[in-house]
Formats: sequence, C-alpha cells, structure tokens
Amino acid sequence: MNQEELDNRLAEISDKLIDTQRISDRRVFLLCESENSFAVNKFLFQDLALRFIIATGIDSDSCFEVLYHYSNDETGCIVTVKAFIRDRENPSMESITPILPAAEWIEREMRDILGIDFINHPNLRRLILSDDWPEGVYPLRKEVKK
Amino acid sequence: MKKSVRKPILAVGPFHPLQEEMEFFQLTVDGEIVTDIDVRISYNHRGIEKLSETLQFDQVPFLVSRVCGICSASHPLAYVQAVEDIVGVTPPDRALYVRVIINELERIHSHLLWVGLAGHFIGYDTVFMWAWKYREPVLDLLEKITGNRNNYGNVKVGGCREDVPDEIIPKILQELDNVEQKTEMLAKAVLDDPVLHARLKGVGTLSNKDAMDYAVVGPTARGSGVDIDVRRDDPYAAYADLDWKVITQTEGDVFAKAVVRLLETFESIKMVRQALKKLPKGPVAAEVKEIPPGEGCGHAEAPRGETFHYVRSDGGNRPVRHKIRAPSYVNVPSFRASCIGQHIADVTITLAAVDPCYSCTERMAVMDSRSNVILDYESLLRLSREKTAKIKKEIGSPELKLEDL
Repeated sequence: MNQEELDNRLAEISDKLIDTQRISDRRVFLLCESENSFAVNKFLFQDLALRFIIATGIDSDSCFEVLYHYSNDETGCIVTVKAFIRDRENPSMESITPILPAAEWIEREMRDILGIDFINHPNLRRLILSDDWPEGVYPLRKEVKK
Repeated sequence: MKKSVRKPILAVGPFHPLQEEMEFFQLTVDGEIVTDIDVRISYNHRGIEKLSETLQFDQVPFLVSRVCGICSASHPLAYVQAVEDIVGVTPPDRALYVRVIINELERIHSHLLWVGLAGHFIGYDTVFMWAWKYREPVLDLLEKITGNRNNYGNVKVGGCREDVPDEIIPKILQELDNVEQKTEMLAKAVLDDPVLHARLKGVGTLSNKDAMDYAVVGPTARGSGVDIDVRRDDPYAAYADLDWKVITQTEGDVFAKAVVRLLETFESIKMVRQALKKLPKGPVAAEVKEIPPGEGCGHAEAPRGETFHYVRSDGGNRPVRHKIRAPSYVNVPSFRASCIGQHIADVTITLAAVDPCYSCTERMAVMDSRSNVILDYESLLRLSREKTAKIKKEIGSPELKLEDL
C-alpha cells in the first residue's frame, strides 16, 4: 500500500475521528474518542493490515490518552490512533486484545501504571507491578510525585 | 458444573537455569508436550520511563543507553530520532554515517553473542567459546571509537558526540576482515552440522500468521517470512545510501532464525565497510537549542528488532512522556504460539531463539508498599549511605572522611 492509497483508505473512517493530523508522509495521527477506538483499531489492523508497534498511555491532566502506534512497513509511515478517555474518575475503554493478541501485554501495563480499565481484555492481571504494590496507586499518573 | 482436571505445571524461573536474567515461565504439560504457557516478567524493573521525565532532553540518551547493555546504541538512537522528529532537524551527513557504523558493529557483536548462547543452550559449548572469542575484537573496536565497550553514549539530538577518527579506519577495516573470516568459518560449521539440522529444524515454529498477529519484529519476524526491517522501510541514518539486503527465511523455526542472524552479520560487516569508505568530511553535530512543544516517534532496528520511542514535549527542557518499546516486549509473548505443542526439551532453545532481553522489556519505579511513597534517587542514595553508616557503626569501623585521607 503506497502513501496515496493509505491516505485514501484512512479517509474511509473519517466519520469516527475527531481530526486527522498529517504531520508528514511518515507520521499520521488519527484523533478519536475512546468509544470509537476499537472500531478504528480494528480497521487499521484487519482491513489495512498495518503492523501494530505498541501503545502509549499518557496522563495529560484533563483526560487520559491512549496512543496505538501502527506501521505501514511498505512506506515506513507510522500511523498513531490517539484515543481520549474523558472520564478521569473511572477511566475505561474497550480492549483490542481479542482481535490483536500483540496488545495483551501493553494493555495490562497501562492498567498497572495508569489504572485504565480495558473492557473485554481476556487476562487483565498485573504485568509489571509487583504483587505487594498497593491497589489504586498508579505510578505514571500526574498526582504521583516524580 | 464441569469437573476440572488438575494439570501438571512445570515452573521455569524466576531464576532461569540457563539465561542470565530473571523471568518466570509456567508450562502446563501433558506428558512431555507443552499445552499452555504463562509468562511472568518484571523482576527487573528500573523505572526508566518515569525517570526519563525527570531528566533534561540532553541527559536522556545516557539513561536510555542503559535500558539494555547490548542494544546500548539503538535505544539512544531511536530516542534522538524521536526528538529530532519534534525539532525537525537533520544531523550532518558524517553523523549519519557514524551512527550506521556504531549500530552495525553493535549488531555484529550482538548476533555473535546470540550464536554463542544458542550453542550453549543446546550443549554446544565449543560454539559458545568460539563465538564469544570472535565477538571480543568487535567490542574492542567500539571501545576505540567511543571509549566504551558498551553504553557508548555516542548519539545526541542533532548528531553524534564522538567522531570516528580517520586514523583508526584502517585498523577497523583490518579487524572487520578478521571477524568476517572467523564468522564465515563459524557459520559454515554451524549450518553444515547434521546434528544441528536435526536438533533445530522444525522446532519452535512460529507461523507467518502468528508472526503478524503477535506483531513480532527483527530476526524473529524475518525468520517467519515477514519481510520487515526499519533500516530499509523507514530509512534513518545513512542506510539508504548503502548497498545491502534484508535477510528472510520462510520456515519460522529455530534454525531459520539462526540462519537469519548469521547471514545478517555478514550484511552488517558489509555495511560498516561501505560506511567507512564513504564517510563524508565535516562536523558530526548540528546545534539544537530548544525543543519545541510537540510529539515525535523514532524507531531503529536493534539487533533483536525494531525499538520504538515516543516522546512528547511541552516546550520545557524535559520530556513530559517518554514511551520505550524494546523488541523483546513483542517477541516474548509469541512464545504462546511457538511453544505450545512442543516437547519440554525444545522449550529452552525456542525461548532462546527470539534472543529475549528482559532488562529491555521492563522499566518503572521504586515504592515502599507500607507508606505509598515513591522513592526518588536522592532518598535511595540517602538510605544506601545510612545503611553503610549503620553497618560501619555496628562493626566498629572508624569514622573516616574523604578529607582525612
């Protein structure tokens, strides 16, 4: 899939997005609300067959952001889905692990470090925090002192 | 209610009998056959992502070069590329070539290290001794260029810290010839050995579909016929100017991964040679004063596969978020696909075949579970000093101060 084809295909899901930021040929950001994240991810992985790289969870003060990074290896373009979780009290979104096994660990990690609940995740146990780490303390949240 | 049957579980780890890092595998077995596998990691977490947010942009490369002792060139490179992505700066040509030279030397020594370990795992200690012997001179070359055998600390935003001095180029070329000759001998001995064929072929096969689903990278992916390599797909440094090819195999078994790594070593030798011959004149760093607000992605092909860094800046002098994805983080979970259905005796080499690196995979924070206080570097240092002082007091060692000496 060359760059033009990729841009055309990405336009197909524009109704699910808040915005598309095309920084360069190699970096594209797709902004969406957390409710649409599953559908957008499914489209990128299953329909466009992009390679999943990793996800980044960020506590950005007013909301949580979950960034799913994909690569279109034919052109080297990194496509990032940026999903916003507005509910700071009970942050949750639908897990993509059922369709994308590669996301299992990183969703568990984001649950550990940011406390985001991934609905439908098959195995949301602790991954990186130790067994005696207290419940409800999420080390990458802003309120936790550096 | 269905009656549950208790299945025997074979625990491997957390102190693995063969590998040097901590991991914990629980293999559910039916006789000799593995029917399920559960992996526990994070015995080695150091809090690097969180620490990175406390450091200035210039200090972070030194931190991330310590993510992994072996990939200590690729992590900083991926990081500076992410920051360069934010700034929009392109380093001078010479710096791009120096980056290639250091990263490919790293790949050569890392692949030789793996060949040695793989030999060790299946009881071929001669291969282990050989491979590690031939790896030594490569580390010495890196020491000559950067001052360190590992943790080179050589890249910075906008270029490189150290140049490759022109006068040592003949020495590097000569040493490369030696390494190539020895690796050829080693490769021939390994790839022609009928016992190794019998031992490694058809073992731990990762199918092409599984490789895609688990999104594996590097030699693990290329051994399963997934033709990806960041150096070619999203060219960075000077890789686009060099003549080399991506090695792939279709079988997906341990043998295929070994072939990929051995042949890649020759490609790397070829690349270093070309880069040294083409090395342009000029400075090795462009000046970068401020990092504007924004976000950037950087990735580089480490010996084990793509390493990915995401950096977000708010215009201050520290990253507000720095995400690190080391290749083993996606390669290790593929064990579920490659180990189930295997014999217990084959599991070790199957696990070793992805060249897992646990210290890469884990990063985070120090916490006191009673008081919920995260300890920072200073307080840890203080605790450490207090303990030393206490021990000194207990055994009656005289209070000595540096000034007194």
